[in-house]
Amino acid sequence: MTNPAPTPRADNGVNVDALLSARSALTDAPEGARFKWRATSQWLNGTHSRATVDGFFGLGGEQQHRRSFEFDTDHPEIFASADNGATPVEYVLVGLAGCLSAGIASVAQYRNIQLHSVRATLEAGMDLQGVLGIDDRVRNGFDGIKVHYEIDADATPEQIAALVAQSQKRSAVFDIVVNPTDVTVSASKA
Amino acid sequence: MNRPTGARRAVDVVVIGAGHCGLAMSHALLQRSVDHMVIERGEVANAWRSERWDSLRLLTPNWMCRLPGQPYDGDDPDGFMHAADVAGFLARYAERMRAPLLTQTTVRRVVPRSGGYLVCTDRGDWHCRAVVLASGACSRPVVPRLSEQVPASVAQWTTRDYRRPAELGPGGVLVVGASATGLQLALEIQRSGRPVMLATGEHVRMPRSYRGRDVQWWLLASGVLDQRIEAMDDMARARRLPSPQLVGSDERTTLDLNALQREGVEVCGRLAAVRGTTALFSGSLHNVCALADLKMGRLLDVFDAWARAAGLEGDVDAARRFEPTTVAATPRLGCELGRDVHTIVWATGYRPDFSWLDLPVFDRRGELRHDRGIVDAPGVYVLGLPFLRRRKSSFIHGAEADVREIAAHLFAFLDAAANEGNRHSGGALC
Repeated sequence: MTNPAPTPRADNGVNVDALLSARSALTDAPEGARFKWRATSQWLNGTHSRATVDGFFGLGGEQQHRRSFEFDTDHPEIFASADNGATPVEYVLVGLAGCLSAGIASVAQYRNIQLHSVRATLEAGMDLQGVLGIDDRVRNGFDGIKVHYEIDADATPEQIAALVAQSQKRSAVFDIVVNPTDVTVSASKA
Repeated sequence: MNRPTGARRAVDVVVIGAGHCGLAMSHALLQRSVDHMVIERGEVANAWRSERWDSLRLLTPNWMCRLPGQPYDGDDPDGFMHAADVAGFLARYAERMRAPLLTQTTVRRVVPRSGGYLVCTDRGDWHCRAVVLASGACSRPVVPRLSEQVPASVAQWTTRDYRRPAELGPGGVLVVGASATGLQLALEIQRSGRPVMLATGEHVRMPRSYRGRDVQWWLLASGVLDQRIEAMDDMARARRLPSPQLVGSDERTTLDLNALQREGVEVCGRLAAVRGTTALFSGSLHNVCALADLKMGRLLDVFDAWARAAGLEGDVDAARRFEPTTVAATPRLGCELGRDVHTIVWATGYRPDFSWLDLPVFDRRGELRHDRGIVDAPGVYVLGLPFLRRRKSSFIHGAEADVREIAAHLFAFLDAAANEGNRHSGGALC
């Protein structure tokens, strides 16, 4: 009898053990699971704004990103804007792609599937007759989002499809986009 | 058979509920001559008699309807029992074994008493050393909070009240929930001429038959139904799994979302919110259907691998795969309540009801704390919950194995209690 060869461990750079221990810790201490995500935004000029993300609340206390992250939003030149950054609606696609891909990597790690490349292409349809107030039967937002993943991994097509499906099931941004969320916007004079 | 009421009585064990689990436990207790009483709020198999819809049939074929000491006793092993047949089957079982039964008696409270428990009913109190909770997994229909937002002009039904389509008013019906119940009701309501939308979250898709055998045969033979809860990665999730989309019928038809859509049912996403008179559906329909299709594929892979390993290839039809679930290119994301929908049927599952159990045995979510049926209080046991010990735990044929193991624990508990009692005070209970 020889010992079986050790099962090769996939390495997608995701610390699954840390995720699993966080999961069990937060199961016992649900207070720590309540997070607040934050951003601030400064209008600069025209349709150009700059948002900053640095701190958030979680695990029962204030947390800091390793550094501040800044994001410029603007509109493209065909709208007579300066195009200093992606449009806000494109950031929605950025967030969705980032969330789903992070999920794919985590689920693949948990299922011991080695990823070689994960490439997402996103496209959202929008009829500008909505935001421009031309036709109030047309909604302002997307009329749909198409996401396509091209994944090279040591896995069958069914396993890859299951990774993508499971990632959607556990994705925060997917949930935010597909389900209604209550939004409260207030204002005060500075 | 009922003892006189009013007085206080003592037995070793009180079994609460005379459904298949309570009766199977009574059978085990009778075999060991343990003094016990089965207390039932209505008649034997009460929920089957009075709390289900008219067309309900079991999801398992008759040959699987067996209990300890009671094989299937009819002449249609491949058929599917109606609710009344199940009630008759259980009533015959109770009669044949002479189960000590106190029917039409509602348990109001169970409280600790020295040496055991006091079971208070509307017809007197019972002292006992041990209590078996067999009141069922489906006592209370679960209706989501957003039902409170539904305008009063829309009639709301739960699957406990619903009997038949004719009782519903005219106009469109929204069935919420895509388990076996939701699909069965959506089909019969659609066929009654009321247009149905089906709000569909995560679900379990299965063909009625596969490779010429009933899917329940495959589940049992391949060992899936005998999988134990401790082998599951996530016990809580395994226990929450909705019932597979199945229907028991003479034609052995497969009831899935494709079949419903062929009948004209409009499949929508999960009901996500009600805002004013608008019901909003989740945009996750494509994914929940993809998840269910993939999961069914993996289950069929398990069946195929098992059939190969068991040398059954020649005895069953060729392996095959099924069409993916059809999803509209742009599924509906909302509907107008009062215009598109006049009735909502909540097929959103059931929960057990242990509100009368006055013991510190509930977790912070209000769920019973137990280890595979052994409740977190000495001498208290629970039966018949989904995946209690095995995947088959909530099935009629699943009672036997669970009862055998839990009864063994109960007997050891009673023996220990008797020894303890003899050492101290001669074993008097009250």
